[in-house]
Amino acid sequence: MIRLFANANYDFIKWRRWAYGLTAAIIIPGFALFLVRGLNYSIEFTGGTLIQVQTAEPVGPERIRSALDAAGIRDAEIQQFGAANEYVIRARLGRADAVVEGSTETTAAAVDSALARALGPSPEHYKVLRTEAVGPKVGRELQGKAFLAIFFSFIVTLVYLAIRFEWRFGLAAVLATAHDILSTIAFIRYLDLEVSLVVVGAVLTMVGYSLNDTIIIFDRVRENLRKFRRQNLYEILNLSINETLPRSVLTHGTTMATTVALVLLAGEVLRPFALVMTFAIFTGTFSSIYIAAPLLMYIEKRWPGEDARGARALRPAGSVPLTPPPSTGGSEARSKAAV
Amino acid sequence: MRTIRSRLIAIGGLLVLAVWQLIPTNVTQRVRDPATGRMKDTTIRRVPINLGLDLQGGIHLALEVDQSKGPVPDCADAIQRAEKVVRTRIDEFGTSEPVVQIQGRCRLIVELAGEKDPARAKSIIQRTAFLEFRITDMKNLFRDALPEIDKALRRAGVTVAGQGAAAASVTQLFGTDTGKAKGKAPKGKAAAKDTTDLNAPGALSSLLFQGQLPGEYLVPEEQVPVAESLLARPDVQRLIPRGIELRWGTEVLSRAGRSYRTLYAGEDRPIITGEYLQDAKATRDPLTNQSVVNFVLSRRGGRIFERETGRHVNDYMAIILDGRVQGQPPVIKSQIGQRGQIELGAKPLQDAQDLALVLKAGALPAPLTIIEERTIGPSLGQDSIRDGIRAGVVGVALVVLIMVGYYRLSGVLSVAALALYVVFTLAGLAGFGFTLTLPGLAGLVLSVGIAVDANVLIFERIREELQHGKLVRTAVDEGFKHAMSAIIDSNVSTALTAFILYLVGTGPVQGFAITLIIGIAASMITAIFVVRTFYMIWLDRRPDMATLSV
Repeated sequence: MIRLFANANYDFIKWRRWAYGLTAAIIIPGFALFLVRGLNYSIEFTGGTLIQVQTAEPVGPERIRSALDAAGIRDAEIQQFGAANEYVIRARLGRADAVVEGSTETTAAAVDSALARALGPSPEHYKVLRTEAVGPKVGRELQGKAFLAIFFSFIVTLVYLAIRFEWRFGLAAVLATAHDILSTIAFIRYLDLEVSLVVVGAVLTMVGYSLNDTIIIFDRVRENLRKFRRQNLYEILNLSINETLPRSVLTHGTTMATTVALVLLAGEVLRPFALVMTFAIFTGTFSSIYIAAPLLMYIEKRWPGEDARGARALRPAGSVPLTPPPSTGGSEARSKAAV
Repeated sequence: MRTIRSRLIAIGGLLVLAVWQLIPTNVTQRVRDPATGRMKDTTIRRVPINLGLDLQGGIHLALEVDQSKGPVPDCADAIQRAEKVVRTRIDEFGTSEPVVQIQGRCRLIVELAGEKDPARAKSIIQRTAFLEFRITDMKNLFRDALPEIDKALRRAGVTVAGQGAAAASVTQLFGTDTGKAKGKAPKGKAAAKDTTDLNAPGALSSLLFQGQLPGEYLVPEEQVPVAESLLARPDVQRLIPRGIELRWGTEVLSRAGRSYRTLYAGEDRPIITGEYLQDAKATRDPLTNQSVVNFVLSRRGGRIFERETGRHVNDYMAIILDGRVQGQPPVIKSQIGQRGQIELGAKPLQDAQDLALVLKAGALPAPLTIIEERTIGPSLGQDSIRDGIRAGVVGVALVVLIMVGYYRLSGVLSVAALALYVVFTLAGLAGFGFTLTLPGLAGLVLSVGIAVDANVLIFERIREELQHGKLVRTAVDEGFKHAMSAIIDSNVSTALTAFILYLVGTGPVQGFAITLIIGIAASMITAIFVVRTFYMIWLDRRPDMATLSV
């Protein structure tokens, strides 16, 4: 039988300050960059025109740019997309020269004819694979929708946590979730990924997924708090994380296997989505262990719960052995707790 | 034992139901014949899962009433007229099931899966609506010309399509008619023997059944493409009497279990066009309780209409929008001036409202402006499907490897349940008629990774229980019991997020949300119920099992 991390007894909480430093080193520059430069929003949010073309030969972005310049379409972004002979041309609204006569749809036609003039007639020399023309109104609406989706999932998450846990646990979980969102934004900014509604969806899904992780550890913490009345919170947290470690490794392993497969094989369109999911699994696992659990400790120390064990929370583990008790002992402890 | 059996029956039942949903069925698809440029129906067999535009290629358009040349006071009303107009043109699109729907209050969504020519599709949608009233072929000039047309077709070597039953029923239907057609079409059997017989059923006339009013013909639905192509032939066009034009109707009638499309022969000159129409309203006459449509013409239109209707009392008047006859032509009872009324008898008010919409569509054209366009070429869609499936296969293979490698026999059980899970999820998509999109495909792959989470939780718990020295059977029971709350937690929070995404999102994101939700439901069934059953069978066979391969 393969057993990963069976009876593991790592002192995770001890490394919390290192973890804070690491995550701050990732989040702060990324978030600063985000505040300064914003994100690379997709056409569906900004409004504008996107055209994906496949040329017969790899002509290079410069050739396409000169073709568009000749037709008076300046300020469009041209990007090689996947294969060497595929390009995506983006003309966003709000850039004076990018859009012909204010209509995103005529811009698409103008790009098409500009390419035809420069590269030769359509099916033989180039092919338009995909066109998106989004008017400003639709873009604004979609921004609103994305905002609503984020807002409602936050509300639902809060309500769910409020039902599920007492507020100290809930607060720690919410802060860990906020950490996940911030670090994912930083990640998106670093890689300059295109943010579409689908990517927003990926972030939200993964927020829910990483929350599960926190919930599973916290459930174990609650169970262990009842089981071991003599240990302090520091030890209980470490014990709980260690006990759930095999499950975390396995579950994240399988989920990561699928998202990595999507990153590598599912094509260019899905890549931002798959990358965000992969990173979110990573950061979700990290935050459950290194953010949510230590935060719970601070919260319990500041506002002690019913048995005031939080007051001793920060004292490092003493000489009390932390091996799982034999089954009989366990049930005894449980029955005692129930009395 | 009984519980195992009933569990197996439940699983088997679900499996049969799921496979039933996924059996390839015949799907009618409308495609454009490259040779003639006309639309024709073809039937193909495929698994009945709807693919989104991003997977099969196609055009998604969002349109609004164009307000650039002055504001439109009631855009909700205008968009309803526009929807009506686009729907009458639906057959012109090169696609099987065009989606035309009003979104919100003032927006029209048109989705044309598989359409390859966006410019053409857009011009069809944005063309201004044209309404006209024409008198039907009261003198049956077209019917009288049918023998000549048949003869010409026979000379050209066109034989009767669908002899036998179809030909025989022609005789019957025409036999009951006014008499002019009598004897024109003898028994089908005789015709089959001697095709040179001048009285044999003609290639065209055998497709047409006389309708209730002069100039109205019924064509069996499946013969419509044949009739269309015959009528389009130049030699046939030449023989259609001068002053007569043929127009298809929008209505599909069913007679004796078969459905028929209407075809109208009418005058080629309209007695009035939509530009003179000012308004139309549907109401229910309080006295007779009949549905009626009242319409008002401009003063000039009233004068023209008065003159024309005066000449055509007791004639039938076809209402034609964009070349398609709308509903059954009403009879002109008396001379009509500026105000007229169309009585629809006992038909529901909805029909009257539809007709009023048609009239208004011609009177007050609602020019549409495209506010969003997405075109995905078919090759990109195929690439996406291929890449998505490849990623899915690799991802799932990795999951299988991890599960079997780590949990061994128990892992094999969970993988078997995973196979069921995939079948259930796909069947859920097919059965509820949801659409599989590219993000949906990603969601499907992802949910395989997430689906095994429930089994991981259970297996880890069983391992712990075994470590605590519990007996195998107890450990399994306890493992399932204790893992349950964590499983429900994780699934509920993912399902809630997915639900919000579904409510808020657009097409592709909704596809992602839907596959996640269905995936979660399916994984709850397989990971908990199915794997539990497998364990029960396993433990039942080996009651004295001391160690568990987990």
